[in-house]
Amino acid sequence: MAPVTPPAAPQDKPRGVVAWIYKRFPVQEFLSEQLTGYYAPKNFNFWYFFGSLALVILVLQLATGIFLTMFYKPGEATSFDSVEFIMREVQWGWLIRYLHSSGASLFFIVVYLHMFRAMLYGSYKAPRELLWLLGMVVYLALMAEAFFGYVLPWGNMSFWGAQVIVNLFGTIPVIGPGLVEWIRGDYGIADATLNRFFALHVAAVPLALLLFVVLHLVSLHHSGSNNPDGIEIKARVGADGHPLDGIPFHPYYTVKDIVGMGVMFVLLAIVVFFVPSFGGLFLEAPNFEPANPLSTPEHIAPVWYFTPYYAILRAVPDQRLGAFLMFLAVALFVFLPWLDRSPVKSMRYRGALSRAALALFAVSFITLGYLGLEPAEGRYVILARIFGFIYFAFFLLMPWYSRIDKVKPVPERVTYHGHA
Amino acid sequence: MGTPRQALLLIGLLIAGSACGAAEAVGGAGADWASWQASDDVADTASLQRGARNFMGYCLGCHSLKYERYSRLASDLMISPEQLQLLMPPGAKPADYIVTTMPAADAASWFGKAPPDLSLMSRARGPDYLYQFFKTFYVDPKQPTGVNNLRLPTTAMPAVLAELEGLKRAVFKAEQKPGADGKPMTEQVFDHFEMLAPGRLSAAQYDEFVHDTVNFLDYVGEPTQLERRALGVWVVLFLLVFTCLAWLLKQEYWKDVH
Repeated sequence: MAPVTPPAAPQDKPRGVVAWIYKRFPVQEFLSEQLTGYYAPKNFNFWYFFGSLALVILVLQLATGIFLTMFYKPGEATSFDSVEFIMREVQWGWLIRYLHSSGASLFFIVVYLHMFRAMLYGSYKAPRELLWLLGMVVYLALMAEAFFGYVLPWGNMSFWGAQVIVNLFGTIPVIGPGLVEWIRGDYGIADATLNRFFALHVAAVPLALLLFVVLHLVSLHHSGSNNPDGIEIKARVGADGHPLDGIPFHPYYTVKDIVGMGVMFVLLAIVVFFVPSFGGLFLEAPNFEPANPLSTPEHIAPVWYFTPYYAILRAVPDQRLGAFLMFLAVALFVFLPWLDRSPVKSMRYRGALSRAALALFAVSFITLGYLGLEPAEGRYVILARIFGFIYFAFFLLMPWYSRIDKVKPVPERVTYHGHA
Repeated sequence: MGTPRQALLLIGLLIAGSACGAAEAVGGAGADWASWQASDDVADTASLQRGARNFMGYCLGCHSLKYERYSRLASDLMISPEQLQLLMPPGAKPADYIVTTMPAADAASWFGKAPPDLSLMSRARGPDYLYQFFKTFYVDPKQPTGVNNLRLPTTAMPAVLAELEGLKRAVFKAEQKPGADGKPMTEQVFDHFEMLAPGRLSAAQYDEFVHDTVNFLDYVGEPTQLERRALGVWVVLFLLVFTCLAWLLKQEYWKDVH
């Protein structure tokens, strides 16, 4: 009778505490589904860095924000002083604050590039319409978060910026004036406003932001990533059941995204350590004076990431119509999946019409951003009207030009030139 | 003599009146004043020390640096405890914030508005602005203080530094410009300064005085800026090395992808 020897346990089989947890919580299943077993197209290019980079900045903003909250004191009499206290007397306070203020601008740079990527490769088209809509909710939440955060230092531009933006809601017929009072919690921008904006900035909006980022990711991993060729890689599956043109997100895209993160952090560090105000674009000079209801800054301009919309607002002589067009300019992104009638997704296989339209739109967006920083007078207003017109034409004429545009045949497999 | 404002007005008018005949054009004349640059350098510790001395001597009577402590100033500008004792006003302790003893309510009634805190003035207006402000005071009998300023017209600040700089007269010339309605209109444009009464300092010495003071205010605007730049070099270098290593790792993994 041969002696019975127990089989040797495989080395990678978890034991002890790890096994105990795995039995009760699907750690392995989760990692496998979301990372090692999530197949992403292998032909991602430069534009595909910005989704994961946005996630990295979200974490950066949450982490630095928590530390700022430990020393920041909301209140008309305390906000401005507490920010200077952080900048001067809290150990590393200046670093945390500059990371947070530069991080806000970086967040928008990355998100705008991320959105442009979706427009470039038709990522919002079926089956990813809901993914796009969830992304739009994230974008709206981010704008709210940035606006509330901008008011908190209680500098003079914080105060007057809040004044201008909150008053926009006053242009809504019938309920406008009451609504503005309800938002402010007072007859003017005051202590009550500042404190509720603080609550919204550190609790309500970040929670919504996190929730919708998670939903955005769930939706992405359900439909799978689009790619620069706009081809569904799930349509061609190999013998192992995985897409022929797909590679596991981990390790391939995790190691690649770490490189992107490194480059982004180099750029962030250059801003934080050498040009934290960024020539008045990231931290505006009038905001180094405390809020003063009796002294209006020479030019009231929001931070650069809102200026394309601000330029549209000021380009219209009628304030109510201007406010409506400004909100419309943001809202039109929502309808892209249904405005775009092109049979192909990617710009690579679209014709000259679609390409020219997107290029003109990008130029308009950037030019409007510049115009929003300049005073609303003379030729600046004329230019804002011209580029505002192009901005709206891009969306409203899309059903027409995207349909009649000549498209090229889309290949069956993605374009990828492997390493030599 | 009622209030300091009236006293200053009187002094200004007296000097303006008596010195009119002896006017001479100031070197450089100053038509390009709006493009003057502070060329400040917060790494110049000796300049910052002189600036701190200037501030304590000429500004602290009315203006505060309420976010800066004397002790912070001393450690950042390498001022010894003995020197600091000489620098601080009587009764002040090193841990105190640099605050003027002038009551804000009195200041507001004397000058029309309380003199602003200067902790962040260099960040709010920029060092060049401050430099231009300090150098463009001129006699103007229409002003309550007897002086006016090109950078900040109708400033409530009296010519505190006239003792050093002397008093200048601004010479304006009439210029034809197209008005808002298209019709040509005459506008008084600043042309040059004329020295009415010299101060204790020469033009070059006063320029040095202003340079140091603006430099000091630039430092006070953000005391951590020296540390920030020094640390930044190392952070960027580290991140560059990190990114290179991450790129090599990525190349290694992506060899398999065809």
